[in-house]
Amino acid sequence: MSDVLNLAWVVSAITLATPLILAMLGGLISERSGVINIGLEGQMLVGAFTGVLVSYLTGSAVLGLAAAVGAGVLCGLVFAALTIGIHADQIVAATAVNLVGAGLTAALVPIVWGVDGISPEVARIPAVSVPGLSSLPILGDVFTKLTVLDYAAFGLAVAVWWLLFRTHLGLQLRACGESPEAADTAGVPVRRLRVVAQLCAGGLAALGGASLSLATIGLFVASMSQGRGFLALAALLFGKWRVWPAVAVCLLFSLVDALQLRLQIIESAIPHELLIALPYLLAVLALATFVGRAAAPAAIGRPFTRR
Amino acid sequence: MTTRRPVPAGEDSPAVRLCDITKTYDAFRANDHVTLDVARGTIHGLLGENGAGKSTLMNILNGSVRPDGGRIEVDGRPVRLRTTSDARAAGIGMVHQHFSLIDRLTVVENLALVARPSSWPRRCVMPVDLVGIEERARLLADRLRFAVDPRARCGSLGVGARQRVEIMKALWHHAQVVIMDEPTASLSPVEAQELLSTLLTLREQGATVILISHKMPEILAVCDEVTVLRDGRVSRRLSIGADDRDPGPRRDRLEADLVQAMIGRPRPDPPARAAAPGSPRLVLHGVGDGARVGPVDLSVHAGEIVAVAGVEGNGQAELIELIVGVRRLRTGRVLLGSRDVSSDGPRTRLACGLGHIAEDRHAAAIATRMSVTANAAFGFVGARMGRRWWLPARTMRAHAGSIVDRMSVRLPGLGANIEGLSGGNQQKLVVGRELARDPSVLIAGQPTRGLDIGAAGDVHRELAALRDGGAGVLLVSMDLTEVLAVADRIVVMRSGRIVGDVPAADADVDTLGGWMTGAQPSEQKGVQPSEQKLVGA
Ligand SMILES: Nc1ncnc2c1ncn2[C@@H]1O[C@H](COP(=O)(O)OP(=O)(O)O)[C@@H](O)[C@H]1O
Ligand SMILES: [Mg+2]
Repeated sequence: MSDVLNLAWVVSAITLATPLILAMLGGLISERSGVINIGLEGQMLVGAFTGVLVSYLTGSAVLGLAAAVGAGVLCGLVFAALTIGIHADQIVAATAVNLVGAGLTAALVPIVWGVDGISPEVARIPAVSVPGLSSLPILGDVFTKLTVLDYAAFGLAVAVWWLLFRTHLGLQLRACGESPEAADTAGVPVRRLRVVAQLCAGGLAALGGASLSLATIGLFVASMSQGRGFLALAALLFGKWRVWPAVAVCLLFSLVDALQLRLQIIESAIPHELLIALPYLLAVLALATFVGRAAAPAAIGRPFTRR
Repeated sequence: MTTRRPVPAGEDSPAVRLCDITKTYDAFRANDHVTLDVARGTIHGLLGENGAGKSTLMNILNGSVRPDGGRIEVDGRPVRLRTTSDARAAGIGMVHQHFSLIDRLTVVENLALVARPSSWPRRCVMPVDLVGIEERARLLADRLRFAVDPRARCGSLGVGARQRVEIMKALWHHAQVVIMDEPTASLSPVEAQELLSTLLTLREQGATVILISHKMPEILAVCDEVTVLRDGRVSRRLSIGADDRDPGPRRDRLEADLVQAMIGRPRPDPPARAAAPGSPRLVLHGVGDGARVGPVDLSVHAGEIVAVAGVEGNGQAELIELIVGVRRLRTGRVLLGSRDVSSDGPRTRLACGLGHIAEDRHAAAIATRMSVTANAAFGFVGARMGRRWWLPARTMRAHAGSIVDRMSVRLPGLGANIEGLSGGNQQKLVVGRELARDPSVLIAGQPTRGLDIGAAGDVHRELAALRDGGAGVLLVSMDLTEVLAVADRIVVMRSGRIVGDVPAADADVDTLGGWMTGAQPSEQKGVQPSEQKLVGA
C-alpha cells in the first residue's frame, strides 16, 4: 500500500489541484457577483491552448502563461458582453463558450501544427526547489517538485479571499450577488462590477487551463481539461461558495484523482474506466447529498436592469 | 445631519426645489411638469393615488431615475443628480419602498456598502473599517433613539428594525433631506408611531423630511406642508397649522379637501353591512398545521364578511395557506360548501369556488417577469378560456382588459411587464382577477395593504358586492379601522388560535386590541390563555 499512499501521491495531488483551484476561484468571483458561470471548462481549454501556442511560438513558457491569461480575460469579456451587455441567458451563453472553446482549440491544433489532436512539446514551466525548505528531512521532496503555478494557486486563493471578504470592493461584489437592486440603491455600480468579475473569472480559469498544459506535460491535447471546469464548479458548490472549504474540496478531488492514476499503474484488476471516473463519482455523490441551495448567493443567475 | 443650524423660514431658498420635472415611460407620463418646493426644516407630505408618480418623483430627486426634463435645486443651487452618489453628495438620502437591505449581510456591512472610501487602495486592498463603522452606527442610533444591534444579520430583523437600519443608511452621509417612501405601509401601529416620532426628532435636529403616505392621520399629525399629486401633476398644495391637527370640523374639512385632490372624488363611504347571513360556505373543523396554527374552528356563511384580526405573525398567513391548500393540513377538516376538501390540492379547491387574494403578492399572486395580460390569465386557462390546443391572444387580452377596466388599473399597456405597474395597481389587478373568478368563498389576505384611499375603498366595495351576491368572504387584515368598517363579524387570532369572536356591530377597538395582545382574557370557551402555546415571530 505504501507505494500508493505516499508523499509522491500528495505531490501529484497538489499538482492536479492547481488547475482546479484556479478555475474554482474564477467561478467563485463570478458567482459571488451573481453570474452563474458554467463556462469555466471552455475558458480553461482556451487558456491551455493559448499557453502552449505562445510558448511554441516564442519559446518562453512565461509569455505563454501571460498570453493564456489575456485570452481568458478576452473570453470573460465576450461572456460579459453577451450576458451583462445584451442580457443573453447565462446558461446558454456559457454553454456557447464551452462549445466554442472546445471546438475552436481542437480545430486549431491541426491547422497550427499539422497533426490531429495533439501539439508538439513546448517549453514548460519548470519545477522550482525552494531554498531551505527543500532540504527538510521528509517533506523536503515536496518543495522540489512543485512549480511557481502551484504556489501561485494558493497565493491567489488568499488574495481572492481577502478581496472578497475583507475589502470594500469585495463587499460590493457580494452585494451584487445577493441583491443587485439593493446594491444599486446603495450606489454600487452593479453592471460594471459584474463585468470586472467576469474578466477576473476568465483570466483565472484560463490560468488554470494553462497550468494543465504548460506545467504538467508541456503540450496541448484536444479536450485535455476533461471536465475539470465542471469539477471546479462542483467544488465551488460543495464548498458553499466560500474560499477555504472550496479549496479543500479541490484538494480532496485531486487526492482521489491522484490515487486513481497510481492505482491504474499498480492495480490492473480494476477496470481503468472505473478508476478514471472516481473523482467525478465523488463529485456527484457530494453534490447529491450535502449541498443545500440555501448557501448560494441569493441573486445568482438573475440579470440586472434598472427600472 | 445636525451640523447645520435651522435657518428661519422665509429668509432663505427652499431646501429642495424641483422645477418642471417630466418623466415619461414609453408613452405614459409618470411626472408631468411637476414643481415642488420643500422648505428647510419641515416635514413635507407627498400624497397621491397609487401610480400618481410619487415614487418616480422621489427617485428622480434621489438620482436613481433620470428625468426627461426639468431642473433640481438644492439650497438654491442647481444640481445634476445622475446617480444616487450625486444625490448623497448633495445631502439627499432616501428610504425606499422596497429592496434596500441585503439579508445575508449584517447591519454594519449594509452600512459599509454606502460608506464608500474615497481612494482606490482603501477600496480594493485595505480591509473595510467595520469597527469604525460600527462605532458610528452606534452614535447615529443613539442620536435617533434607535435600539439596533449593529452586528445582527439583516435577514433576522423584523420590519421595524429593518426600517431603522434603512433610515440610518439614508442618514449616513449627513443627509439634510430625507425622503421616506411609504415608510409605514408595512409597520404595525406601534412601530408606525415610533417612526413618526423619529421624523419629529429629525426635524428638531434641523433635517428636512419628505414623507409619502396614504394614511391621513399620519399626514395630519406630523406634516407642515402637503403636496398632492394626481395623474403625474400637482393638484393641490397647502400648509397644515397647529389648529388643523386637532380633531374637529377644521381638520375634517382639510382632510376632505386632500382626499378630493388625491382621488378626484370624496372619500368612498364604507359599504353597508350585510343582511342576515345564509348557509355556511366555508367551514373549518379543528384545523391545524401541527406547528403554528390550530386547532381553529371557524365558519364563513353566504352573505357575510368575516374578518380575522390580529397582530401580524400570529398564524394568519398559515391559516390562509391551510384553507387554500398549499400548507399541509395535520389536523381537522376543511369544508367548502358541503364538500370536504381536506385532502384536495389548491386546484380542486379553486374549482370548488374558492378565490384567493394572496397576502404576499410577489411570492404567490403574480409572476413578476410576465405581462399584465399573462398575469390576468392565471387560473383562467383551461376551464374558463376554453380547452383548446392554443390560447387565443385575443381572448387573453379581452379578459385582462375587462379586469383592468373594472378595477381602473393604471398601466402603460396590457402587454407591459407587470413590474412596470406601481404596487397598488398590481394589487388591483390581482383583486380584479380573483373577483372575476366569481368565487363562492373569497379569502382576502391583507387586500388593501399599500393601497391609496380611493383604491382601498374600491376594494372594500367590491368585497361587499361579492358578499351581497351571496358569497362568503374571509378578510385577513392587520388594520383595525378596516376590519371595523368592512366586516360583519370579527374574529381575533393570537398564537395560532381564535381567541375572540364578535359581531362587528358590537365590537370596539379596545376589546379587539385586548384580545390581540392577550391583555384581555379570550372569550371563547375552552381556550384558556395559559394553554396557548406561544408562536415565535
Ligand atoms: N420602470 C417603469 N416602467 C414603466 N412604467 C413605470 C415604471 N416605473 C413607474 N411606472 C409607471 O409610472 C406611474 C407612477 O409610478 P409611481 O411613481 O411608482 O407611483 P406611486 O405614486 O404609486 O409611487 C405608474 O403608473 C407606473 O406604472
Ligand atoms: Mg410608490
